Amino acid sequence: MSREDIQTGLAEILEEVAGVTPADATPEKSFTDDLDVDSLSMVEIATAVEDKFGVAIPDDELGNIKTVGDAISFIEKNQG
Amino acid sequence: MTNRIQLPPTAPGARILGLGSYRPRRRVTNDDLAQTMDTNDEWIQTRVGIAERRWASDDETLVEMAVAAGGKALAASGLPPEDIDLVVLASASLRVPIPGIGPQVAFRLGIPRPGAFDLNAGCAGFCYALGMASDAIRAGDARNVLVVGVERLTDVTDPTDRSTAVIFADGAGAAVVGPSDEPGIGPVAWGSDGDQFTAIEIAAGSSTMSMAGQAVYRWATTKLTETLVAAMEKAGVGPADIDVFAPHQANLRIVESMTKRLGFSDDTVVARDIVQSGNTSAASIPLALTALLESGEAKSGDLALVLGYGAGLTFAGQVLVLP
Repeated sequence: MSREDIQTGLAEILEEVAGVTPADATPEKSFTDDLDVDSLSMVEIATAVEDKFGVAIPDDELGNIKTVGDAISFIEKNQG
Repeated sequence: MTNRIQLPPTAPGARILGLGSYRPRRRVTNDDLAQTMDTNDEWIQTRVGIAERRWASDDETLVEMAVAAGGKALAASGLPPEDIDLVVLASASLRVPIPGIGPQVAFRLGIPRPGAFDLNAGCAGFCYALGMASDAIRAGDARNVLVVGVERLTDVTDPTDRSTAVIFADGAGAAVVGPSDEPGIGPVAWGSDGDQFTAIEIAAGSSTMSMAGQAVYRWATTKLTETLVAAMEKAGVGPADIDVFAPHQANLRIVESMTKRLGFSDDTVVARDIVQSGNTSAASIPLALTALLESGEAKSGDLALVLGYGAGLTFAGQVLVLP
């Protein structure tokens, strides 16, 4: 899956879980600072990402994912 | 050849005969907390759904709160103290581990020399104790059992740590369990995930609890659905049969997530006592059930699904008929 497709899929999850407008979900955005996603919503996003993209995000990796771009790179690297 | 060991007559089922609870006098709102730490009502309500909680005063000790809740449960059951053969006291907040307080609580309630002990399964303690009470009655080892969940989590919480201090609180709840022809307590679905033993802990050298909030939230919202389903399957009921869903009151968002995943009917009453009580660990389920019965939202004979889960990590759930 291309980075663009991953970004689109991730934006859908962000909209559903945290009410983020899809156009705002651009790679440079910080989940916490720019998109107002709290730590528990991050867990819900991680769970949804695992289901949608078939990747595993361990708890200790979750802390390293700060921006939308971090998440896209993680999914790109780990997808089957 | 005859058996040399005889066994007592067994009971076909067990049920809760009476419930009781004790809420500490002191009510602490989110605005009260904002006076002493960097937090506010909106922050707390969005993340954990708590509006206020009860904090025990010095005279509201674990024993006093357990006796108060246990006495109410006994009164509700209509049984005299001498009909109780076993007291199981669930708590995770004893600051002194020796002695356990089950025997003292039994003595204070006038229960003459019952089997009595403490059980620590974290926030799952009440459901573990209820499962053991039901089994002791069905096996014939006890006629009736008093189960108590009691916590003073403020004793083991750092009042300046906003990741725990806004959540944890104090209180007690109790149930008297006795025999019944129709089973009123379903088989327990219990288990543990001991690989996550550090997720909720009082670390060596510390006197207060720490919690890996994200890890626990994820575990609770993804791994425990199967336990809830197992508790219903073991009892031979489905989500549409459940009148009352009363999971451990850890975080309102976990309650809502579990409710959404299980697909109950629109009429199912969901316990949200955490809004008024905070997280009271082993006391939260009986506190939530008594609140629903007192407000009339739940009624005698309703079928309830309960699930305790917490430090260990441990979990246990079952289907109950409310007294």
